Amino acid sequence: MTKTGPMRRLLDRLESSFDAVFTPRHNPLNQLGALGWFFYWIVLVTGIYLYIFFDTGLSDAYESLERITHAQWYAGGVMRSLHRYASDALVLIVVVHILREWILGRFRGARWFAWVSGVPLLWFIYASGISGYWMVWDQLAQYIAIATTEWLDALPFFGEPIARNFLRDGTLSGRFFTLMVFIHIGVPLFLLFLMWVHIQRHMRPRVNPPRALAVGTLMVLVLLSLFKPALSQAPADLGTVPAIIGFDWFYLLAYPLLERISGLALWGVLVFGSIFMLCLPWLGHTRRQPAAVVDLDNCNGCGRCVQDCPFSALTLEPRQDGLPFSHQVEVKAALCMSCGICAGACPTATPFRRNREMTPGIDMPHRPLRDVLKQSVTAAAALQGNERVLVYACEAGPELSGSEASDGFAVVRLPCVAMLPPPFMDYLLNRGHVDGIFLAGCREGDCHFRLGLDWTEQRIARERDPFLRRRVARERIARAWIGCAHGTRLNAQLADFRAGLPHETGDELTARSADGPVTRGAEHV
Amino acid sequence: MSRVLRYGMQLVTGLLFAGLIGYFSDSPPYVYHNAEMALVKLSFSHASQRTVECRRRSAEELAQLAPNMRTTMDCPRQRVVARVELYLDEKLLFAGDMPPGGIAEDGAGSVYQRFVVPAGKHRVTARLRDSARAEGFDYEGSKLVELRPRQNFVVDFRAETGGFQFF
Repeated sequence: MTKTGPMRRLLDRLESSFDAVFTPRHNPLNQLGALGWFFYWIVLVTGIYLYIFFDTGLSDAYESLERITHAQWYAGGVMRSLHRYASDALVLIVVVHILREWILGRFRGARWFAWVSGVPLLWFIYASGISGYWMVWDQLAQYIAIATTEWLDALPFFGEPIARNFLRDGTLSGRFFTLMVFIHIGVPLFLLFLMWVHIQRHMRPRVNPPRALAVGTLMVLVLLSLFKPALSQAPADLGTVPAIIGFDWFYLLAYPLLERISGLALWGVLVFGSIFMLCLPWLGHTRRQPAAVVDLDNCNGCGRCVQDCPFSALTLEPRQDGLPFSHQVEVKAALCMSCGICAGACPTATPFRRNREMTPGIDMPHRPLRDVLKQSVTAAAALQGNERVLVYACEAGPELSGSEASDGFAVVRLPCVAMLPPPFMDYLLNRGHVDGIFLAGCREGDCHFRLGLDWTEQRIARERDPFLRRRVARERIARAWIGCAHGTRLNAQLADFRAGLPHETGDELTARSADGPVTRGAEHV
Repeated sequence: MSRVLRYGMQLVTGLLFAGLIGYFSDSPPYVYHNAEMALVKLSFSHASQRTVECRRRSAEELAQLAPNMRTTMDCPRQRVVARVELYLDEKLLFAGDMPPGGIAEDGAGSVYQRFVVPAGKHRVTARLRDSARAEGFDYEGSKLVELRPRQNFVVDFRAETGGFQFF
């Protein structure tokens, strides 16, 4: 299994704690992207409401917002507060989202697209938020307007300093607010477009948090809005310098630096920081496993692999080889994360073949299913007793301790546990190779390859093709979706599972091998 | 973990999240400017005089030009680098050059500087040399002002209204 660093273990412990409190499905750390979308929609809806009542004159802007805040505190006031707090929450969530993906290494390989398209999102989120603060035209807006234009003036693009627009009240036109409204609407709309681009290469992207989490989050923001409404500061007065300013640190964290380093230097930090982030997927360890390969002779174009690929790397195309099927699968190698989930979905990946060796219609060159099967049977043959368990462990999951064979279990590692075709479990159990199968994957709700755990659960529950046959005794299959920092817990669950395995009589042994004779130990596959 | 404890922890987490958002949305306050001090801002844009005065072309010179280029006045576009100085009570706050803008150096030059100064009575003096002269200044403006704390005192310049303006 992959080695995990201290940051990842720390994150895993934190997320496991959140799992215990929220359940894996409602763990906000598993839903960061979806929560980002949710906060965006709150900002959008509340922004539309505020826009209806907002005036764009020089003094009208401030006065209209005061009216919205105080005269209709129960509606406009709450809307304004939600608008601000959801915007702040969006920044917080996005920063945590970036850190989390970085710690988990989920920016390399085919995931570069989501990572790279996420970098400009940051710029647009900040531009949206900062332009919103200008429109209030209070002392904070005055500070932001002057500091931002002075900062922009550090760039060699503007002939006359644009900060001159804010020299004194007489130099500022009310039409400035019309321009700001245009920017404050246009930039977030373009942000929405970039968010759409950001999730383009994900099959079934999570853009909506579970309802309970969404309702709970909204309630928290509404309560915050009621107890601490967002208020304007003193109205802007260009003849007076704002001295002590209530500061939104989520959006303005970099601004105090402008008093310590030059504007050009701060641009340099941000631009080079962004370039560094853009390059990150190709820095350091960049070795990629080969993409999935289709064996057309064994592919009937059923499309199950296409449905299951979490990264939209497979497509169904018109048949080219003359076989009597309408479609064939094609792999977009650049999008493939080499997780093997497609191989696990292939109906031809079955060991129950009498005439020839198993050859799936789609397979992983670096981890062919035929090798997985051979390794499984060989490992199972070395096990003794009647608590023989074969562990299929996801490479991104926790590490098991113990001497394996002497402890009565053997471990077969897969890129993702969903690479294991259900017929493998059927075969190994019903042919008597093992007494139990233990699937050890990533933490529940946080599959490293996004959908592997869901597909595995659904295949076993016979909700998703390829189904695990009914005859397979479900009590002989255990799933442990545990984070990488919990190897001890995994060992304990494995021990419990082995201890709880039913001990068979001869009749039961025959019953669980309905389609063939029971053979203990190794056999040719 | 019992259901009650789980809900309790969810509530605590939600409150912590709300507290984090609510607090950092406007706190801690940022001290941008010393409340006892005033601010003097020197900012203007001005097109300085040309490096070479316009002159009338002779008939011979005009004849050598293409017909569509035969303008009688020869006015080189390049402008001089202006020099600006700002004094507070005879103490030099700023002295700098204003290079003309544009690729052909024929545009207006600009200056934008701000200075935190003690509040109180001061004489603010500004000087501008926008010609090719070697010494002295073409414009000078001065004003005795009582700067209040946090006042944003602006020194602007408009040649068409006679030079420096104080707001």
